[in-house]
Amino acid sequence: MNMAQPESRTSAHLREAQMLRIECPWCGERDQEEFQYGGEAHIVRPESPDTLTDEQWADYLFNRANTKGIHAEQWCHAAGCRRWFNVLRDTVSYAILTVYRPGEQPPGNIE
Amino acid sequence: MDRIGSSVSKNRYSIFSLARNAVSYHQNWSEAWRSPDPAPAYDVVVVGGGGHGLATAYYLAAEHDVGRIAVLEKGWIGGGNTGRNTTIVRSNYLWDESAHLYEKSLQLWEGLSQELNFNVMFSQRGVMNLGHTLQDMRDIYRRSNANRLNGIDSEILTPAEIKAKVPAMNVSGEARYPVLGASFQPRGGVARHDAVAWGFARAADSRGVDIIQNCEVTGIRRESGAVSGVETTRGFIGAGKVAVVVAGHASVLADMAELRFPVESHPLQALVSEPLKPVLDTVIMSNAVHGYVSQSDKGELVIGAGVDAYTGYGQRGSFSIIEGNVAAIVELFPIFSRVRMLRQWGGIVDVCPDACPIISKTPVQGLYFNCGWGTGGFKATPGSGWVFAHTVARDEAHPLNAAFELERFTTGALIDEHGAAGVAH
Repeated sequence: MNMAQPESRTSAHLREAQMLRIECPWCGERDQEEFQYGGEAHIVRPESPDTLTDEQWADYLFNRANTKGIHAEQWCHAAGCRRWFNVLRDTVSYAILTVYRPGEQPPGNIE
Repeated sequence: MDRIGSSVSKNRYSIFSLARNAVSYHQNWSEAWRSPDPAPAYDVVVVGGGGHGLATAYYLAAEHDVGRIAVLEKGWIGGGNTGRNTTIVRSNYLWDESAHLYEKSLQLWEGLSQELNFNVMFSQRGVMNLGHTLQDMRDIYRRSNANRLNGIDSEILTPAEIKAKVPAMNVSGEARYPVLGASFQPRGGVARHDAVAWGFARAADSRGVDIIQNCEVTGIRRESGAVSGVETTRGFIGAGKVAVVVAGHASVLADMAELRFPVESHPLQALVSEPLKPVLDTVIMSNAVHGYVSQSDKGELVIGAGVDAYTGYGQRGSFSIIEGNVAAIVELFPIFSRVRMLRQWGGIVDVCPDACPIISKTPVQGLYFNCGWGTGGFKATPGSGWVFAHTVARDEAHPLNAAFELERFTTGALIDEHGAAGVAH
């Protein structure tokens, strides 16, 4: 195939619009369609909810970092092994930087 | 202010100005709004030059006495979600709080072209929300009855009545998701999205508002708990009050004032077809199969999809969303199956947990936020600006947006339009 041709606008567009490929820590790289998004990672349920103020409870329930940039988030391999794991993803380029298992902390050297 | 008064009359669009400019071969039309350099300080700075921000500035200038106003826009006006949505306008929301807010907006739409002296091409061609299951129909009856109790026009259509209005739709019962009926709001419709931004910009400018494009806010300066101005790519601009209306970037701006917000930003996609002869003269929405479609005055089918589940700021979404969306449209309209699509794009919408907006004061004195409109902000453009202008000018919510303050996430008084409305936005 002759690769010297400049990329057409359509194929550039399709490349931009392409699906995510996500690497499940147990099953390997699969298509985004097999996964379910689970929102921001590392939100810890308060140990004693009875002692929280309304503001603290609201912050736990509703407020989110909604980071523009590198975001730690949960995904579930819903149509595969059905296990949850964590992903560091750039929310602007959508590039996935790394995946790590539940209970682990994100690697510190990702920028 | 007399400079401003004279510029209004000089630039007023009318049959006479058209004739006058025809004489000079339309070479002497003046610019629709100025491009001033930012002043050192304003009484109110509106951050975000989309439809909602420009409407806020317009109603601040037209209906409130707040002094000097500027709108700061990081790109060009109307270049964000205002220019990326599917332009549907309706007010058939389930809960009283949202029904009243969106109905106020719809009433403003009905007089908007005259008020702004700019044709926003508001076309009340009706909006139809389809039901495909018995539960859909129960929800539709419930919502339609709630709408009527709130004085909002709503009818229930049978499949035969739908077929009479929209002959191209497959209502045969053979479909995978058969059409069982619909609610119909005759006063709903579409408007020209760019014209809404331009019309509000021109009308605000003529009342003295400085619209400053290519001016990105990079920080919100505060002194002893009160806002004092904004850092921008064009330097510091002092402000007595700062009104933030930035849709998908609400969290980014909130972070500048060390606030955490209950919004998450998601990509939302839309696409348009090649122009066709007139085939669809109303707006069709279906929540169950998730698609909505109308035909623009140019003849393009304007098709809206759903959001991606993941958060994102990239103004593009997943292909699978488009695939499912187009499948739903072809299911409803088999004759569209060979229509070619011209363009497809994404915008970034900020979604609240209860799918309702935040139009609110904040813990920072003089800092206000209008955000969280999620997937359905366009229809609210004039109403959103109207209540937000009131909130900013009086430092208290208007009764129409009192239920939409940040407070509700602490008190728990959410307005759950997500499942309850049963409608796509």
